[in-house]
Amino acid sequence: MPGDSLNVHVNNKATVQNTYDAIVVGSGISGGWAAKEFCEKGLKTLVLERGRNVEHIKDYSGTEKNMWELAHHNRLTEEDKKNSPIQSKCYAFNEVSKKFFVNDVDNPYNQVKRFDWIRGYHVGGRSLMWGRQSYRWSDLDFEANAKDGYGVDWPIRYKDLAPWYSYVEKFAGINGSKDGLPHLPDGEFLPAMEMNCLEKHVAARIKESYNDRVMIIGRSANHTRQVGDRGPCQYRNRCHEGCPFGGYFSSNSATLPAAKKTGNLTLRPYSIVLDVIYDKDKKRATGVRILDSETMKTEEYYAKVVFLNASTLGTAQILLQSVSDAFPNGLGNTSGQVGHNLMDHHYGVGAHGEFDGFADQYFYGRRPNGIYIPRFRNINEKTKRTDYVRGFGYQGGANRGRPNSGDGIGVELKEQLTEPGPWSMGIAAWGEHLPDFRNKATLNKDKKDKWGLPTLDIDCEYRENEKAMRKDMMASAAEMLEKAGMKNINTFDSDPAPGFCIHEMGTARMGRDPKTSVLNGFNQMHDVKNVFITDGACMGSSACQNPSLTYMALTARAVDHAVTELKKGNI
Amino acid sequence: MNRRDALSRVALLLGGTIIGGEVFLSGCTSADKKLGQSLDFTPDDVAFLDEVAETIIPRTDTPGAKDAKVGEFMTVMVKDCYDEKNQKIFLEGMTKLNEASRKKFNGNGFMKITPEQRKELLTELDKEQKDYAKNKKKEDEPHYFTQMKQLTLLGFFTSEPGATKALRYVAVPGRFDACVPYKKGDKAWAV
Repeated sequence: MPGDSLNVHVNNKATVQNTYDAIVVGSGISGGWAAKEFCEKGLKTLVLERGRNVEHIKDYSGTEKNMWELAHHNRLTEEDKKNSPIQSKCYAFNEVSKKFFVNDVDNPYNQVKRFDWIRGYHVGGRSLMWGRQSYRWSDLDFEANAKDGYGVDWPIRYKDLAPWYSYVEKFAGINGSKDGLPHLPDGEFLPAMEMNCLEKHVAARIKESYNDRVMIIGRSANHTRQVGDRGPCQYRNRCHEGCPFGGYFSSNSATLPAAKKTGNLTLRPYSIVLDVIYDKDKKRATGVRILDSETMKTEEYYAKVVFLNASTLGTAQILLQSVSDAFPNGLGNTSGQVGHNLMDHHYGVGAHGEFDGFADQYFYGRRPNGIYIPRFRNINEKTKRTDYVRGFGYQGGANRGRPNSGDGIGVELKEQLTEPGPWSMGIAAWGEHLPDFRNKATLNKDKKDKWGLPTLDIDCEYRENEKAMRKDMMASAAEMLEKAGMKNINTFDSDPAPGFCIHEMGTARMGRDPKTSVLNGFNQMHDVKNVFITDGACMGSSACQNPSLTYMALTARAVDHAVTELKKGNI
Repeated sequence: MNRRDALSRVALLLGGTIIGGEVFLSGCTSADKKLGQSLDFTPDDVAFLDEVAETIIPRTDTPGAKDAKVGEFMTVMVKDCYDEKNQKIFLEGMTKLNEASRKKFNGNGFMKITPEQRKELLTELDKEQKDYAKNKKKEDEPHYFTQMKQLTLLGFFTSEPGATKALRYVAVPGRFDACVPYKKGDKAWAV
């Protein structure tokens, strides 16, 4: 039985063959970057992935099919909903992509308060199904904690990360326009995608009507030009099924192949990391213990440096499971912050309207990207709000859709439904979620999963600041659409639970003070110098931008630091 | 060899069952056959649903619902994608629709009435479902004809004939043109 898997003994025979220079736990967006950087710097690197392998293109079966070739024309079945009641609610979950989402029954967790945890346990993780929106942070974000007192001060500023943003953008392939906004810095962009005619109109009207905000084209990790052997994007808009054209950035398409090319990569799927092994005399981690989910055997792997990239909650779980005499409350948890300060973005609120006009305009192709209205609240004295701190940005787009139902039956109905309807546009806000110690994940040792491992109790909610912000998120959306001349404007608030934005962050935060944070300014554990965490767990605040690009930059920077420190003999 | 055996042999020769064969066979007894008895839909059920769908989306200068095999699609969706409550409403709805036809057209079931009569009947049912939907509370059961209409529209417009002939579809666009001219009558993109 796997019930005792946390208490098995060390297997010494395999020590030599199980020793690497670096171990990376997780192969998602940040783990893939860690693997690439270590391998390219010449370190023998072991990447441990808890799920199965997914090879680029080869394992994207189904995405080449037309909708009528799928049994349910891409709709969900009752069985899907039964096996994955949480995952199946995700916008990216469909008849083809569902293989990239976990079975909720097999992967339980406990919702102390409602929390929709969307997961992909396979090589590439959620980098396969991610939303691809890629925005830099600025000092508005890095200084926020210090200025308003929520959370702890970030130990870095924009200047520390700017060159690393450039570094990762050039490899990842991010499209966008240079907009010259100080609080949403421009990057190293591939050609921007184009706004359609209504989006151009709305952008112009927003510019005329307001002096504090703009609407820009979204910046996404779709390749508008070929990037190495990837792409270009074919405008199918089926990214989350895996792209047979390599039209967007994922671990599978980009970082893992680059790592593999060096000859330094060992990728081990079916490897559930149980804990990090700590040597209290050396004050270093010596490696990790895994459970092989196929053989049900535990094994140990050793390395000079360990990167945890198991995702915000996965990484917290590993730390909390890594108990020893030195760290009875979890590895590197003398601050007591591990598992706490869990954040997501609160979203799903905005407005939608129709537009009379552009009846003689249409489009060709399916753009896998939308528009972005960068944050315009609390960015300076003039835009300061009294009802909440921080801010939000809008994503959305205009479309000329086809009515999906109509009155009557017969020829008249058929005709109604074969021509495009009026243009419409919707925008929805992504808002910052304040770090709060009370929002947390803890181990539940009474409820074990099928591997015999403790499950997580997740206790997280949106509080007063987020609730106050949401009112403005809805009202400002309607106001902007109105000023842009839209008709029949409807506001909406789908009131998603935390987790559902799939931007979990904060459970092992960076900070200046080891008493109040888990990681230093290089994502290095204050307590254990050869353990680094560069997934969402490291985030000290959430800002309102989609976070993956920042994880990439932090990861490349942290690997560079780790290797420098290794060479100096400091770790 | 009786007729049934003969047909089965033809089916064997052709390497499968003949879709619609059951309908052909049962022509003289259809008045006694019950529709929608279980989720193991019979060829009679499929033929019936095909005709309902074809009445909702008929063949014009472009293919119709029957060309898109919408009847079969409906059975798959009801079986796999409907919960038990909705399945029951749908199955009972098949009988209800047929009864409505008998009542209106001298005891003739839906399969026996003319296309014009079918249109007349389903136009009434469409009005009925629309009025019902207007007054129903969110938790109330849906009208069976709402289900049939929705499944027909979904099945047809996501089918190959529906998407590529009644609408426009390009599997791999290859580029994005943000603004292209449109003139009235041009077909909409299927996706």
